[in-house]
Amino acid sequence: MTKQPGERAQDVTTVSSAEHSRRDFLYIATGAVGVVGAAAALVPLIAQMNPDASTIAAGAPVEIDLAPIADGQIVKVFWRSKPIFISHRTKKDIEEAQKVDVANLPDPEPDSERVKQGHDQWLVVIGICTHLGCIPLAHQGEYDGWFCPCHGSQYDTAGRIRKGPAPKNLPLPPYAFISDTKIRIG
Amino acid sequence: MSGHATYQPTNRVLQWLEKRLPIGGLVHSSFIAYPTPRNLNYWWAFGGILSFMLGVQIITGIVLAMHYTPHVDMAFKSIEIVMRDVNFGWLLRYLHANGAAMFFLAVYIHMFRGLYYGSYKEPREVLWILGVILYLLMMATGFMGYVLVWGQMSFWAATVITNLFSAIPGVGDAIVTWLWGGYAVGNPTLNRFYSLHYLLPFVIAGVVVLHVWALHVTGQNNPTGIEPKSDQDTVSFTPYATIKDGFLMVCFCILFAWFVFYIPNFLGHSDNYIPANPAVTPSEIVPEWYYLPFYAILRSIPNKLLGVIALFGSIGILAFLPWLDTSKVRSARYRPLFRQFFWLFVIAAVGLGWLGTKPPEGIYVILARILTFYYFAFFLIVLPLLGIFEKTKPLPNSISESVLGAKA
Repeated sequence: MTKQPGERAQDVTTVSSAEHSRRDFLYIATGAVGVVGAAAALVPLIAQMNPDASTIAAGAPVEIDLAPIADGQIVKVFWRSKPIFISHRTKKDIEEAQKVDVANLPDPEPDSERVKQGHDQWLVVIGICTHLGCIPLAHQGEYDGWFCPCHGSQYDTAGRIRKGPAPKNLPLPPYAFISDTKIRIG
Repeated sequence: MSGHATYQPTNRVLQWLEKRLPIGGLVHSSFIAYPTPRNLNYWWAFGGILSFMLGVQIITGIVLAMHYTPHVDMAFKSIEIVMRDVNFGWLLRYLHANGAAMFFLAVYIHMFRGLYYGSYKEPREVLWILGVILYLLMMATGFMGYVLVWGQMSFWAATVITNLFSAIPGVGDAIVTWLWGGYAVGNPTLNRFYSLHYLLPFVIAGVVVLHVWALHVTGQNNPTGIEPKSDQDTVSFTPYATIKDGFLMVCFCILFAWFVFYIPNFLGHSDNYIPANPAVTPSEIVPEWYYLPFYAILRSIPNKLLGVIALFGSIGILAFLPWLDTSKVRSARYRPLFRQFFWLFVIAAVGLGWLGTKPPEGIYVILARILTFYYFAFFLIVLPLLGIFEKTKPLPNSISESVLGAKA
Protein backbone atom coordinates (compact mmCIF):
# COMPACT_ATOMS: atom_id res chain seq x y z
CA MET A 1 0.00 0.00 0.00
CA THR A 2 1.65 3.26 -1.07
CA LYS A 3 1.43 6.08 1.36
CA GLN A 4 -0.89 8.90 0.38
CA PRO A 5 0.31 12.41 1.20
CA GLY A 6 -0.84 13.36 4.66
CA GLU A 7 -1.62 9.77 5.69
CA ARG A 8 -0.36 9.24 9.18
CA ALA A 9 1.97 6.45 10.19
CA GLN A 10 -0.27 5.24 12.97
CA ASP A 11 -3.37 4.58 10.81
CA VAL A 12 -4.28 0.93 11.19
CA THR A 13 -5.52 -1.19 8.34
CA THR A 14 -9.28 -1.15 8.67
CA VAL A 15 -10.87 -4.50 9.19
CA SER A 16 -14.54 -5.32 9.20
CA SER A 17 -15.79 -5.85 12.71
CA ALA A 18 -16.99 -9.36 11.93
CA GLU A 19 -13.57 -10.86 11.27
CA HIS A 20 -10.65 -10.89 13.69
CA SER A 21 -7.42 -9.61 12.27
CA ARG A 22 -4.05 -11.22 12.73
CA ARG A 23 -3.12 -8.28 14.88
CA ASP A 24 -6.01 -9.01 17.26
CA PHE A 25 -4.83 -12.58 17.57
CA LEU A 26 -1.28 -11.48 18.30
CA TYR A 27 -2.43 -8.96 20.90
CA ILE A 28 -4.62 -11.50 22.67
CA ALA A 29 -1.98 -14.23 22.52
CA THR A 30 0.76 -11.92 23.82
CA GLY A 31 -1.52 -10.61 26.52
CA ALA A 32 -2.45 -14.12 27.65
CA VAL A 33 1.18 -15.24 27.84
CA GLY A 34 1.99 -12.03 29.70
CA VAL A 35 -0.72 -12.66 32.28
CA VAL A 36 0.45 -16.26 32.81
CA GLY A 37 4.03 -15.00 33.18
CA ALA A 38 3.02 -12.34 35.66
CA ALA A 39 1.07 -14.85 37.75
CA ALA A 40 4.00 -17.26 37.68
CA ALA A 41 6.36 -14.47 38.74
CA LEU A 42 4.08 -13.70 41.68
CA VAL A 43 4.28 -17.25 43.10
CA PRO A 44 7.81 -17.14 44.57
CA LEU A 45 7.35 -13.57 45.79
CA ILE A 46 4.34 -14.56 47.87
CA ALA A 47 5.58 -18.06 48.83
CA GLN A 48 8.79 -16.69 50.34
CA MET A 49 6.81 -15.15 53.19
CA ASN A 50 5.49 -18.54 54.33
CA PRO A 51 7.43 -20.25 57.16
CA ASP A 52 10.78 -21.40 55.81
CA ALA A 53 12.29 -24.87 56.20
CA SER A 54 14.22 -24.00 59.36
CA THR A 55 11.11 -22.59 61.04
CA ILE A 56 9.13 -25.69 60.09
CA ALA A 57 11.96 -27.89 61.37
CA ALA A 58 11.97 -25.98 64.65
CA GLY A 59 8.26 -26.77 64.94
CA ALA A 60 8.84 -30.50 64.97
CA PRO A 61 7.19 -32.54 67.79
CA VAL A 62 8.78 -32.26 71.26
CA GLU A 63 8.96 -35.00 73.87
CA ILE A 64 8.32 -34.02 77.46
CA ASP A 65 9.31 -36.18 80.44
CA LEU A 66 6.46 -36.01 82.99
CA ALA A 67 8.31 -37.78 85.84
CA PRO A 68 9.85 -34.66 87.42
CA ILE A 69 6.49 -32.86 87.53
CA ALA A 70 5.15 -33.05 91.10
CA ASP A 71 1.55 -33.58 92.10
CA GLY A 72 -0.24 -30.22 91.76
CA GLN A 73 2.62 -28.66 89.78
CA ILE A 74 2.01 -26.87 86.49
CA VAL A 75 4.86 -26.64 83.99
CA LYS A 76 5.17 -24.39 80.91
CA VAL A 77 6.91 -25.54 77.72
CA PHE A 78 7.02 -24.04 74.23
CA TRP A 79 6.00 -25.83 71.09
CA ARG A 80 5.79 -23.94 67.75
CA SER A 81 6.36 -20.74 69.70
CA LYS A 82 3.16 -21.34 71.72
CA PRO A 83 3.19 -21.80 75.54
CA ILE A 84 1.83 -25.20 76.60
CA PHE A 85 0.58 -25.72 80.18
CA ILE A 86 1.23 -29.23 81.51
CA SER A 87 -0.75 -29.61 84.73
CA HIS A 88 -0.20 -32.58 87.05
CA ARG A 89 -3.69 -32.43 88.55
CA THR A 90 -4.41 -33.41 92.18
CA LYS A 91 -7.35 -35.68 93.07
CA LYS A 92 -9.22 -32.57 94.19
CA ASP A 93 -8.61 -30.86 90.83
CA ILE A 94 -9.90 -33.90 88.94
CA GLU A 95 -13.03 -34.17 91.10
CA GLU A 96 -13.85 -30.47 90.66
CA ALA A 97 -13.41 -30.78 86.92
CA GLN A 98 -15.63 -33.87 86.63
CA LYS A 99 -18.39 -32.69 89.00
CA VAL A 100 -19.33 -29.64 86.91
CA ASP A 101 -22.70 -29.36 85.13
CA VAL A 102 -21.36 -29.38 81.56
CA ALA A 103 -24.51 -27.99 79.91
CA ASN A 104 -24.27 -24.70 81.78
CA LEU A 105 -20.68 -23.99 80.81
CA PRO A 106 -19.98 -21.04 78.44
CA ASP A 107 -18.18 -23.53 76.18
CA PRO A 108 -19.66 -26.95 77.09
CA GLU A 109 -17.10 -29.74 77.12
CA PRO A 110 -16.88 -32.67 79.55
CA ASP A 111 -13.59 -33.21 81.38
CA SER A 112 -13.20 -36.64 79.77
CA GLU A 113 -12.80 -35.00 76.36
CA ARG A 114 -9.99 -32.79 77.57
CA VAL A 115 -7.66 -35.51 78.88
CA LYS A 116 -6.31 -38.79 77.48
CA GLN A 117 -8.06 -41.97 78.61
CA GLY A 118 -6.37 -43.49 81.66
CA HIS A 119 -4.36 -40.31 82.25
CA ASP A 120 -6.89 -38.14 84.10
CA GLN A 121 -4.19 -36.49 86.18
CA TRP A 122 -2.50 -34.91 83.19
CA LEU A 123 -4.00 -31.79 81.57
CA VAL A 124 -2.13 -30.49 78.52
CA VAL A 125 -3.49 -27.23 77.06
CA ILE A 126 -2.24 -24.31 74.98
CA GLY A 127 -1.73 -21.48 77.45
CA ILE A 128 -3.10 -18.64 75.35
CA CYS A 129 -6.26 -16.91 76.54
CA THR A 130 -8.94 -17.37 73.89
CA HIS A 131 -10.01 -13.77 74.36
CA LEU A 132 -7.15 -11.66 72.99
CA GLY A 133 -4.08 -13.81 73.44
CA CYS A 134 -2.50 -13.08 76.84
CA ILE A 135 -0.98 -15.89 78.92
CA PRO A 136 -3.23 -16.71 81.94
CA LEU A 137 -1.70 -17.07 85.40
CA ALA A 138 -1.78 -20.47 87.10
CA HIS A 139 -3.25 -21.31 90.52
CA GLN A 140 -5.41 -18.20 90.50
CA GLY A 141 -9.06 -17.36 90.14
CA GLU A 142 -12.24 -18.71 91.73
CA TYR A 143 -12.11 -22.06 89.98
CA ASP A 144 -8.65 -23.20 91.12
CA GLY A 145 -7.45 -22.97 87.53
CA TRP A 146 -6.09 -19.98 85.65
CA PHE A 147 -6.77 -16.25 85.74
CA CYS A 148 -6.03 -13.97 82.82
CA PRO A 149 -4.87 -10.55 84.09
CA CYS A 150 -5.58 -8.71 80.84
CA HIS A 151 -9.37 -8.72 80.92
CA GLY A 152 -10.30 -11.02 83.81
CA SER A 153 -11.15 -14.33 82.14
CA GLN A 154 -11.12 -17.30 84.54
CA TYR A 155 -10.47 -20.95 83.66
CA ASP A 156 -11.10 -24.07 85.78
CA THR A 157 -8.94 -27.12 86.53
CA ALA A 158 -9.77 -28.51 83.09
CA GLY A 159 -8.80 -25.26 81.41
CA ARG A 160 -12.41 -24.45 80.58
CA ILE A 161 -13.65 -20.86 80.51
CA ARG A 162 -16.00 -20.18 83.38
CA LYS A 163 -16.15 -16.42 83.78
CA GLY A 164 -15.01 -13.43 81.77
CA PRO A 165 -14.91 -12.32 78.13
CA ALA A 166 -13.04 -15.32 76.66
CA PRO A 167 -15.36 -17.27 74.34
CA LYS A 168 -13.72 -20.71 74.27
CA ASN A 169 -11.91 -23.18 76.52
CA LEU A 170 -8.11 -23.31 76.41
CA PRO A 171 -7.44 -25.38 73.28
CA LEU A 172 -5.64 -28.71 73.33
CA PRO A 173 -2.46 -29.19 71.28
CA PRO A 174 -2.04 -32.44 69.40
CA TYR A 175 -0.27 -34.81 71.81
CA ALA A 176 0.03 -38.47 72.74
CA PHE A 177 1.46 -40.61 75.52
CA ILE A 178 4.46 -42.52 74.29
CA SER A 179 4.89 -44.05 77.72
CA ASP A 180 3.28 -43.50 81.11
CA THR A 181 5.75 -40.77 81.93
CA LYS A 182 6.43 -39.27 78.50
CA ILE A 183 4.29 -37.34 76.07
CA ARG A 184 5.01 -36.16 72.55
CA ILE A 185 3.46 -32.81 71.70
CA GLY A 186 2.93 -32.25 67.98
CA MET B 1 4.25 17.38 20.80
CA SER B 2 1.09 18.44 18.98
CA GLY B 3 -0.96 16.82 16.30
CA HIS B 4 -1.45 13.44 17.96
CA ALA B 5 -4.38 11.72 19.62
CA THR B 6 -5.33 13.25 22.94
CA TYR B 7 -6.69 11.17 25.77
CA GLN B 8 -10.49 10.91 25.64
CA PRO B 9 -11.70 8.25 28.04
CA THR B 10 -15.08 6.79 27.21
CA ASN B 11 -15.51 5.20 30.63
CA ARG B 12 -17.41 7.50 33.06
CA VAL B 13 -15.24 6.55 36.04
CA LEU B 14 -12.08 7.35 34.09
CA GLN B 15 -13.53 10.67 33.00
CA TRP B 16 -14.28 11.48 36.65
CA LEU B 17 -10.72 10.62 37.66
CA GLU B 18 -9.18 12.50 34.75
CA LYS B 19 -10.83 15.74 35.87
CA ARG B 20 -9.35 15.36 39.34
CA LEU B 21 -5.97 13.72 38.72
CA PRO B 22 -5.07 13.51 35.02
CA ILE B 23 -2.86 10.48 35.43
CA GLY B 24 -4.58 8.65 32.59
CA GLY B 25 -3.80 11.51 30.28
CA LEU B 26 -0.19 11.61 31.47
CA VAL B 27 0.33 7.90 30.80
CA HIS B 28 -1.42 8.26 27.46
CA SER B 29 0.62 11.19 26.24
CA SER B 30 3.91 9.81 27.58
CA PHE B 31 3.76 6.15 26.63
CA ILE B 32 0.85 5.55 24.27
CA ALA B 33 0.38 8.41 21.86
CA TYR B 34 3.92 9.72 22.38
CA PRO B 35 5.50 10.42 18.96
CA THR B 36 8.52 8.21 18.52
CA PRO B 37 10.97 8.38 15.61
CA ARG B 38 10.02 5.61 13.26
CA ASN B 39 13.62 4.53 12.57
CA LEU B 40 14.66 3.56 16.11
CA ASN B 41 16.68 0.35 16.13
CA TYR B 42 17.01 -2.22 18.91
CA TRP B 43 19.78 -0.24 20.65
CA TRP B 44 16.97 2.04 21.79
CA ALA B 45 15.23 -0.74 23.70
CA PHE B 46 17.65 -0.65 26.62
CA GLY B 47 16.05 2.29 28.39
CA GLY B 48 12.92 0.23 28.86
CA ILE B 49 15.00 -2.77 29.83
CA LEU B 50 16.76 -0.68 32.48
CA SER B 51 13.45 0.41 33.99
CA PHE B 52 12.35 -3.22 34.07
CA MET B 53 15.61 -4.30 35.73
CA LEU B 54 15.29 -1.56 38.34
CA GLY B 55 11.87 -2.96 39.15
CA VAL B 56 13.27 -6.49 39.37
CA GLN B 57 16.08 -5.40 41.68
CA ILE B 58 13.76 -3.42 43.95
CA ILE B 59 11.18 -6.21 44.23
CA THR B 60 13.70 -9.03 44.78
CA GLY B 61 15.64 -6.76 47.13
CA ILE B 62 12.61 -5.98 49.28
CA VAL B 63 11.67 -9.64 49.70
CA LEU B 64 15.30 -10.58 50.42
CA ALA B 65 15.37 -7.84 53.07
CA MET B 66 12.62 -9.76 54.89
CA HIS B 67 15.16 -12.52 55.61
CA TYR B 68 18.52 -10.73 55.82
CA THR B 69 20.18 -9.75 59.11
CA PRO B 70 22.60 -6.78 58.85
CA HIS B 71 24.91 -7.81 61.69
CA VAL B 72 28.46 -9.05 61.26
CA ASP B 73 27.67 -12.25 63.18
CA MET B 74 24.54 -13.09 61.23
CA ALA B 75 24.80 -11.54 57.75
CA PHE B 76 26.60 -14.34 55.93
CA LYS B 77 24.54 -16.99 57.72
CA SER B 78 21.24 -15.24 56.98
CA ILE B 79 22.03 -15.36 53.27
CA GLU B 80 22.80 -19.09 53.52
CA ILE B 81 19.44 -19.48 55.28
CA VAL B 82 17.83 -17.65 52.37
CA MET B 83 19.56 -20.02 49.95
CA ARG B 84 18.66 -23.21 51.85
CA ASP B 85 15.53 -22.67 53.94
CA VAL B 86 13.45 -19.80 52.61
CA ASN B 87 10.83 -20.85 50.08
CA PHE B 88 12.28 -19.96 46.65
CA GLY B 89 15.06 -18.14 48.50
CA TRP B 90 17.69 -19.54 46.14
CA LEU B 91 15.77 -18.08 43.20
CA LEU B 92 15.33 -14.65 44.78
CA ARG B 93 19.02 -14.42 45.71
CA TYR B 94 20.28 -15.50 42.30
CA LEU B 95 17.79 -13.15 40.60
CA HIS B 96 19.08 -10.25 42.69
CA ALA B 97 22.79 -11.00 42.29
CA ASN B 98 22.64 -11.77 38.58
CA GLY B 99 20.07 -9.04 38.13
CA ALA B 100 22.69 -6.52 39.21
CA ALA B 101 25.05 -7.84 36.53
CA MET B 102 22.32 -7.68 33.89
CA PHE B 103 21.45 -4.17 35.09
CA PHE B 104 25.02 -3.08 34.45
CA LEU B 105 25.20 -4.90 31.09
CA ALA B 106 22.11 -3.00 29.99
CA VAL B 107 23.44 0.33 31.26
CA TYR B 108 26.73 -0.06 29.40
CA ILE B 109 24.91 -0.86 26.15
CA HIS B 110 22.61 2.10 26.81
CA MET B 111 25.57 4.42 27.40
CA PHE B 112 27.49 3.21 24.35
CA ARG B 113 24.37 3.74 22.25
CA GLY B 114 24.28 7.36 23.53
CA LEU B 115 27.95 7.77 22.73
CA TYR B 116 27.65 6.37 19.20
CA TYR B 117 24.57 8.27 18.10
CA GLY B 118 25.41 11.57 19.82
CA SER B 119 22.42 11.42 22.14
CA TYR B 120 24.34 13.58 24.62
CA LYS B 121 24.50 16.57 22.26
CA GLU B 122 22.42 19.72 22.37
CA PRO B 123 19.54 19.84 23.47
CA ARG B 124 19.98 16.61 25.45
CA GLU B 125 22.86 17.66 27.72
CA VAL B 126 20.79 17.54 30.93
CA LEU B 127 19.35 14.17 29.91
CA TRP B 128 22.92 12.86 29.54
CA ILE B 129 24.10 14.35 32.84
CA LEU B 130 21.12 12.84 34.67
CA GLY B 131 22.24 9.57 33.12
CA VAL B 132 25.75 10.01 34.51
CA ILE B 133 24.21 10.67 37.93
CA LEU B 134 22.13 7.50 37.58
CA TYR B 135 25.25 5.56 36.66
CA LEU B 136 27.08 6.82 39.77
CA LEU B 137 24.09 5.94 41.96
CA MET B 138 24.04 2.46 40.43
CA MET B 139 27.73 1.97 41.15
CA ALA B 140 27.30 3.04 44.78
CA THR B 141 24.25 0.81 45.22
CA GLY B 142 25.95 -2.19 43.62
CA PHE B 143 29.07 -1.76 45.72
CA MET B 144 27.14 -1.58 48.99
CA GLY B 145 24.95 -4.52 48.03
CA TYR B 146 28.02 -6.65 47.45
CA VAL B 147 29.40 -5.70 50.87
CA LEU B 148 26.19 -6.91 52.55
CA VAL B 149 27.07 -10.53 51.75
CA TRP B 150 29.93 -10.15 54.24
CA GLY B 151 32.14 -12.67 52.50
CA GLN B 152 35.88 -12.22 52.10
CA MET B 153 35.52 -10.20 48.92
CA SER B 154 32.73 -8.10 50.47
CA PHE B 155 34.84 -7.16 53.48
CA TRP B 156 38.05 -6.42 51.60
CA ALA B 157 36.33 -4.55 48.78
CA ALA B 158 34.74 -2.38 51.48
CA THR B 159 38.16 -1.83 53.04
CA VAL B 160 39.84 -0.95 49.75
CA ILE B 161 37.11 1.34 48.43
CA THR B 162 36.59 3.24 51.70
CA ASN B 163 40.37 3.59 52.01
CA LEU B 164 40.42 5.44 48.68
CA PHE B 165 39.18 8.49 50.52
CA SER B 166 42.30 8.54 52.72
CA ALA B 167 44.07 9.87 49.62
CA ILE B 168 42.36 13.22 50.17
CA PRO B 169 44.98 15.48 51.75
CA GLY B 170 44.30 16.64 55.28
CA VAL B 171 40.75 15.45 55.94
CA GLY B 172 41.15 12.06 54.23
CA ASP B 173 41.64 9.96 57.36
CA ALA B 174 38.81 11.70 59.20
CA ILE B 175 36.50 11.02 56.28
CA VAL B 176 37.44 7.34 56.24
CA THR B 177 36.83 7.00 59.98
CA TRP B 178 33.50 8.73 59.51
CA LEU B 179 32.54 6.32 56.72
CA TRP B 180 33.56 3.32 58.80
CA GLY B 181 31.92 4.42 62.03
CA GLY B 182 34.88 2.79 63.75
CA TYR B 183 38.59 2.09 63.44
CA ALA B 184 38.10 -0.33 60.55
CA VAL B 185 35.30 -1.76 58.42
CA GLY B 186 33.00 -3.43 60.94
CA ASN B 187 29.43 -3.73 62.16
CA PRO B 188 28.63 0.02 62.02
CA THR B 189 29.81 0.02 58.40
CA LEU B 190 27.65 -2.97 57.51
CA ASN B 191 24.57 -1.48 59.16
CA ARG B 192 24.85 1.88 57.41
CA PHE B 193 25.57 0.21 54.04
CA TYR B 194 22.35 -1.77 54.52
CA SER B 195 20.36 1.37 55.18
CA LEU B 196 21.84 3.18 52.17
CA HIS B 197 21.57 0.13 49.90
CA TYR B 198 17.83 0.07 50.64
CA LEU B 199 17.54 3.84 50.11
CA LEU B 200 19.50 4.48 46.92
CA PRO B 201 17.35 2.43 44.51
CA PHE B 202 14.46 4.72 45.35
CA VAL B 203 16.69 7.74 44.74
CA ILE B 204 17.53 6.08 41.41
CA ALA B 205 13.82 5.71 40.69
CA GLY B 206 13.32 9.42 41.36
CA VAL B 207 16.18 10.43 39.08
CA VAL B 208 14.81 8.05 36.43
CA VAL B 209 11.60 10.09 36.51
CA LEU B 210 13.67 13.24 35.86
CA HIS B 211 15.62 11.39 33.16
CA VAL B 212 12.44 10.34 31.31
CA TRP B 213 10.95 13.79 31.78
CA ALA B 214 14.06 15.40 30.26
CA LEU B 215 13.83 12.89 27.43
CA HIS B 216 10.21 13.70 26.72
CA VAL B 217 10.92 17.43 26.60
CA THR B 218 13.44 17.06 23.78
CA GLY B 219 12.10 13.87 22.24
CA GLN B 220 14.21 10.84 21.50
CA ASN B 221 17.32 10.93 19.37
CA ASN B 222 17.37 8.47 16.46
CA PRO B 223 19.98 6.70 14.34
CA THR B 224 20.25 9.57 11.82
CA GLY B 225 20.71 12.21 14.51
CA ILE B 226 18.25 14.42 12.66
CA GLU B 227 15.23 15.67 14.61
CA PRO B 228 11.76 14.63 13.36
CA LYS B 229 10.48 17.26 10.94
CA SER B 230 6.90 16.13 10.44
CA ASP B 231 4.38 13.56 11.57
CA GLN B 232 5.71 11.35 8.79
CA ASP B 233 8.89 10.90 10.77
CA THR B 234 7.22 9.50 13.89
CA VAL B 235 4.86 6.75 15.00
CA SER B 236 2.91 6.44 18.23
CA PHE B 237 4.92 4.84 21.02
CA THR B 238 2.25 2.18 21.53
CA PRO B 239 2.07 -0.30 19.86
CA TYR B 240 5.30 0.10 17.88
CA ALA B 241 7.98 0.96 20.40
CA THR B 242 6.15 -0.89 23.16
CA ILE B 243 6.23 -4.17 21.28
CA LYS B 244 9.77 -3.67 19.99
CA ASP B 245 10.99 -2.94 23.54
CA GLY B 246 8.93 -5.84 24.86
CA PHE B 247 10.47 -8.24 22.37
CA LEU B 248 14.05 -7.32 23.23
CA MET B 249 13.10 -7.41 26.90
CA VAL B 250 12.08 -11.04 26.45
CA CYS B 251 15.38 -11.85 24.72
CA PHE B 252 17.24 -10.06 27.49
CA CYS B 253 15.31 -12.08 30.07
CA ILE B 254 16.32 -15.28 28.31
CA LEU B 255 19.97 -14.30 28.82
CA PHE B 256 19.16 -13.34 32.41
CA ALA B 257 17.43 -16.69 32.99
CA TRP B 258 20.40 -18.52 31.47
CA PHE B 259 22.64 -17.10 34.18
CA VAL B 260 20.13 -17.50 37.03
CA PHE B 261 19.24 -21.13 36.32
CA TYR B 262 22.38 -22.63 34.74
CA ILE B 263 25.46 -20.62 35.78
CA PRO B 264 24.34 -18.49 38.73
CA ASN B 265 27.81 -18.17 40.27
CA PHE B 266 29.77 -17.70 37.05
CA LEU B 267 30.05 -13.93 37.37
CA GLY B 268 30.84 -14.02 41.08
CA HIS B 269 34.07 -14.74 42.90
CA SER B 270 34.30 -17.98 44.85
CA ASP B 271 36.15 -16.19 47.68
CA ASN B 272 32.90 -14.51 48.59
CA TYR B 273 31.61 -17.85 49.84
CA ILE B 274 34.20 -17.61 52.62
CA PRO B 275 32.88 -15.63 55.62
CA ALA B 276 34.68 -12.31 56.11
CA ASN B 277 37.94 -12.58 58.06
CA PRO B 278 39.38 -9.20 59.08
CA ALA B 279 42.78 -10.82 59.75
CA VAL B 280 43.33 -12.40 56.32
CA THR B 281 43.30 -10.63 52.96
CA PRO B 282 42.60 -12.87 49.94
CA SER B 283 45.48 -13.35 47.49
CA GLU B 284 43.67 -11.30 44.88
CA ILE B 285 41.00 -8.68 45.51
CA VAL B 286 38.91 -8.24 42.40
CA PRO B 287 35.66 -6.30 42.05
CA GLU B 288 32.69 -7.58 40.08
CA TRP B 289 33.18 -7.38 36.32
CA TYR B 290 31.26 -4.13 35.89
CA TYR B 291 33.83 -2.19 37.94
CA LEU B 292 36.92 -3.77 36.36
CA PRO B 293 37.80 -1.06 33.80
CA PHE B 294 37.89 1.61 36.51
CA TYR B 295 39.85 -0.72 38.77
CA ALA B 296 42.46 -1.04 36.02
CA ILE B 297 42.61 2.74 35.59
CA LEU B 298 43.08 3.19 39.34
CA ARG B 299 45.94 0.72 39.47
CA SER B 300 47.71 2.03 36.39
CA ILE B 301 48.60 5.34 38.08
CA PRO B 302 51.60 4.88 40.43
CA ASN B 303 50.60 7.77 42.72
CA LYS B 304 47.89 7.15 45.35
CA LEU B 305 46.10 10.51 45.12
CA LEU B 306 46.41 10.79 41.34
CA GLY B 307 45.15 7.22 40.97
CA VAL B 308 42.03 8.10 42.95
CA ILE B 309 41.56 11.28 40.93
CA ALA B 310 41.93 9.26 37.71
CA LEU B 311 39.36 6.75 39.00
CA PHE B 312 36.69 9.32 39.81
CA GLY B 313 37.75 11.44 36.87
CA SER B 314 37.20 8.61 34.42
CA ILE B 315 33.52 8.61 35.36
CA GLY B 316 33.18 12.34 35.99
CA ILE B 317 34.55 13.18 32.57
CA LEU B 318 31.41 11.67 31.06
CA ALA B 319 29.40 14.61 32.37
CA PHE B 320 31.41 16.99 30.20
CA LEU B 321 30.94 14.99 27.02
CA PRO B 322 28.34 17.34 25.47
CA TRP B 323 30.94 20.13 25.50
CA LEU B 324 34.02 18.06 24.73
CA ASP B 325 32.57 16.79 21.46
CA THR B 326 32.58 19.80 19.17
CA SER B 327 31.10 18.15 16.07
CA LYS B 328 27.88 19.60 14.68
CA VAL B 329 26.91 16.16 13.36
CA ARG B 330 25.24 13.93 15.91
CA SER B 331 25.21 10.37 14.68
CA ALA B 332 28.31 8.24 14.11
CA ARG B 333 26.54 6.95 11.01
CA TYR B 334 27.70 10.07 9.23
CA ARG B 335 31.02 10.45 11.05
CA PRO B 336 33.43 7.84 9.59
CA LEU B 337 36.50 8.99 11.55
CA PHE B 338 34.63 9.26 14.84
CA ARG B 339 33.31 5.75 14.29
CA GLN B 340 36.81 4.33 14.20
CA PHE B 341 37.86 6.12 17.38
CA PHE B 342 34.60 4.99 18.99
CA TRP B 343 35.30 1.32 18.34
CA LEU B 344 38.86 1.77 19.58
CA PHE B 345 37.31 3.22 22.73
CA VAL B 346 35.07 0.18 23.09
CA ILE B 347 38.11 -2.08 22.71
CA ALA B 348 40.00 0.03 25.24
CA ALA B 349 37.13 -0.20 27.75
CA VAL B 350 36.84 -3.97 27.38
CA GLY B 351 40.63 -4.28 27.43
CA LEU B 352 40.84 -2.30 30.64
CA GLY B 353 38.21 -4.60 32.07
CA TRP B 354 40.28 -7.64 31.21
CA LEU B 355 43.42 -6.03 32.62
CA GLY B 356 41.50 -5.38 35.85
CA THR B 357 41.49 -9.15 36.45
CA LYS B 358 45.24 -9.44 36.03
CA PRO B 359 47.86 -8.79 38.72
CA PRO B 360 49.34 -5.29 38.35
CA GLU B 361 52.74 -6.52 37.11
CA GLY B 362 54.88 -6.48 34.00
CA ILE B 363 53.17 -6.18 30.62
CA TYR B 364 49.75 -5.77 32.24
CA VAL B 365 50.78 -2.49 33.84
CA ILE B 366 52.17 -1.17 30.56
CA LEU B 367 49.04 -2.13 28.63
CA ALA B 368 46.80 -0.64 31.33
CA ARG B 369 48.68 2.65 31.16
CA ILE B 370 48.41 2.77 27.36
CA LEU B 371 44.67 2.06 27.46
CA THR B 372 44.11 4.52 30.33
CA PHE B 373 45.89 7.15 28.27
CA TYR B 374 43.65 6.37 25.29
CA TYR B 375 40.56 6.47 27.52
CA PHE B 376 41.28 10.03 28.61
CA ALA B 377 42.70 11.09 25.24
CA PHE B 378 39.47 10.00 23.57
CA PHE B 379 37.51 12.51 25.62
CA LEU B 380 40.04 15.29 26.02
CA ILE B 381 41.90 15.26 22.69
CA VAL B 382 40.12 13.20 20.03
CA LEU B 383 36.57 14.45 20.47
CA PRO B 384 37.36 18.16 20.64
CA LEU B 385 39.62 17.92 17.57
CA LEU B 386 37.34 15.70 15.49
CA GLY B 387 34.67 18.36 15.50
CA ILE B 388 37.06 20.69 13.76
CA PHE B 389 38.86 18.37 11.35
CA GLU B 390 36.44 15.55 10.53
CA LYS B 391 34.89 15.36 7.09
CA THR B 392 31.38 14.11 7.78
CA LYS B 393 29.10 12.33 5.30
CA PRO B 394 26.11 14.23 3.92
CA LEU B 395 23.03 14.00 6.13
CA PRO B 396 19.66 12.85 4.76
CA ASN B 397 16.92 15.49 4.59
CA SER B 398 14.67 13.75 7.05
CA ILE B 399 14.12 10.54 8.98
CA SER B 400 11.47 9.41 6.51
CA GLU B 401 13.86 9.96 3.67
CA SER B 402 16.55 7.89 5.33
CA VAL B 403 14.06 5.06 5.91
CA LEU B 404 11.95 5.16 2.75
CA GLY B 405 14.37 6.66 0.29
CA ALA B 406 14.12 9.97 -1.55
CA LYS B 407 10.66 9.27 -2.99
CA ALA B 408 9.02 9.36 0.50
